[in-house]
Amino acid sequence: MSERTAVIASRVGLHARPAGIFVAAVGELPLEVTIAMAGEPADDAMDASSILSIMSLGASNGDTVVLRAEGEGAEEALDSLVKILETDLDAE
Amino acid sequence: MIVQTLSGSAGAGQAPADQAETGRTFSGVGVSPGRIIGSILLMPKAVREPAVGEQLVAGTSAEDASALLRTAAKAVQTNLTARSSSASGTGREVLEATALMANDPMLVKAAVKLINNGASAERAIWDAAASVAEMLHNLGGYMAERATDVLDVRGRIVAELRGVPAPGIPYSDTPFVLVGEDLAPADTATLDPAKVMALVTSSGGPQSHTAIIARALGLPAVVAAVGVDSLTDGTLVFVDGAAGTVLVDPGGDEVALAKAWETTTAALAVFDGTGRMKDGHLVPLLSNVGGAKDAVKAAAAGAQGVGLLRTEFCFLERDTEPTIAEQVEAYRGVFDAFPGKKVVVRTLDAGADKPLPFLTDASEPNPALGVRGYRTDFTSPGVLERQLQAIAQATEGTEAQVWVMAPMISTAEEAEHFASLCAAAGLKTPGVMVEVPSAALTSASILEHVDFVSLGTNDLTQYAMAADRQLGPLAGLNTPWQPAVLQLIRLTVAGSRDEGHNKPVGVCGEAAADPALAVVLVGLGVTTLSMTARALSAVAAVLASVTLPEAEQLAKLALTAHSAADARRIVREKLPILNTLGL
Repeated sequence: MSERTAVIASRVGLHARPAGIFVAAVGELPLEVTIAMAGEPADDAMDASSILSIMSLGASNGDTVVLRAEGEGAEEALDSLVKILETDLDAE
Repeated sequence: MIVQTLSGSAGAGQAPADQAETGRTFSGVGVSPGRIIGSILLMPKAVREPAVGEQLVAGTSAEDASALLRTAAKAVQTNLTARSSSASGTGREVLEATALMANDPMLVKAAVKLINNGASAERAIWDAAASVAEMLHNLGGYMAERATDVLDVRGRIVAELRGVPAPGIPYSDTPFVLVGEDLAPADTATLDPAKVMALVTSSGGPQSHTAIIARALGLPAVVAAVGVDSLTDGTLVFVDGAAGTVLVDPGGDEVALAKAWETTTAALAVFDGTGRMKDGHLVPLLSNVGGAKDAVKAAAAGAQGVGLLRTEFCFLERDTEPTIAEQVEAYRGVFDAFPGKKVVVRTLDAGADKPLPFLTDASEPNPALGVRGYRTDFTSPGVLERQLQAIAQATEGTEAQVWVMAPMISTAEEAEHFASLCAAAGLKTPGVMVEVPSAALTSASILEHVDFVSLGTNDLTQYAMAADRQLGPLAGLNTPWQPAVLQLIRLTVAGSRDEGHNKPVGVCGEAAADPALAVVLVGLGVTTLSMTARALSAVAAVLASVTLPEAEQLAKLALTAHSAADARRIVREKLPILNTLGL
């Protein structure tokens, strides 16, 4: 199981637009990726390919989230997802 | 002849509506001028909720139902994605995110679980989406706003399962005339003025949301045109938003009229920034705005200030009161658009059709007569004082002349109390709105305590005529052309003159945006008019065609008319410029 943490950079948090971009990126991966708030048990992690799960996470700007995935290419995949979360998508 | 035989038998049996209806005219109430020809698209009816506890039909397996649901969700996603690719900017992003929601694994899984427990596919997605929406709503802020998107997606999936058109404003590549029963406030967000040429509704009155949206967007509109929603998609119609008529299959005359209107709109696009009559009498023309973006647009349209800043934009769709700092920032954006000019801020007008969870009681049996507007200060003291503090702080360092007024004032005592709150906050120019007939009748006493009044004609009409402004069948009662409403306006002006200091009496209701009525209002002694920015040029053009004594004469005729329709007709006949301009 690979694991990465990311700090949400979007000023308004992980809401519709940034969440949409993130979910679309997860959807392109051949892996199952989960997302959880830092400090929460891995069992409570949510499906990162679900925009509604991502939004219900309620991650605000500055919050730390944990991404997890297993399988071939998981390390690289998670690195690319962290990059998305740590970019202020509202600024673009 | 074959053609005749065909149309003859069709006429007796199932005639295509466009043939049977040729030349038919639907009469309604014209609420926004303009003459156009276009083909119609009907607004589908809202999706009916599946019966509570609806079960799978016998013979349908849970697997089959789940498969149907997945197919429907996928279809909605594909449709929304396709639409997003032709949209741009924010609209595109919203559609992209909504498309993802339609086929969201979490939503679909939750629904499938309910199906496995025996629920029908429609009921399952209905309930699954309701829980998700509630969860988002409870998160507050941006997430709460997205709850509406989930419910929108739900309606689309249920429509797809039933094989009926998706709810909401129909989508088309080419511009169309939107025909429906009435528009809801939520429809405004999805109404693309580049695609919708005109609005026609079978219900609704002159103050309905449809009318307000149409005037704000400058779209020709006819409301309360009974029967018009029986037309079929694609029917060609001529819409006259001034006359209030819709003609099926127009001919050469209408084509010419529509052409002439195009020329008029081009000519009417400019307002030079000074409202004046033929004899030079000045009537400042201001704009009603609902936020900084509106204010910038209004300033660009030449508005001589803001006659009504609706502050609800800071408060609506929130579970808690905005902080003073948040309010200061929001108000300052508006003040900055009008340096050196007047900006009249209306304090929070919650209640009735604008409920707020932290202020108003949704269980009131009669909200229009309930705790709304200024009255929320009785039940939730403090909110108004904090808002006044925020307005005062926002005023510091701006060049706008900031006036403040309270909505729904009924007595001189209330006006006095409001003035004392303004003084305590350091605000120098307090005023009140005249919307309740009692305030119109006692304006002299009210003006002993405040510096100005502003007539809110929408509510004044609804209260004077005891007619709910949203009800189509009462559209005839619910017009500010009613002589009784004009009398109340006359008495408000008379009260101001009796008080002795010539304190300003403005109008900031929809009446000011009707060029013919604007002339009557000025004739009644109203000093300033505030309207949607779109209406400025038309009102300015018509005011410039008459002198003040002529306007006073027209006001007299309207006051003594036997009906609202007579008043309107008599005044319009004396203003030939209206016909020339197609207003």
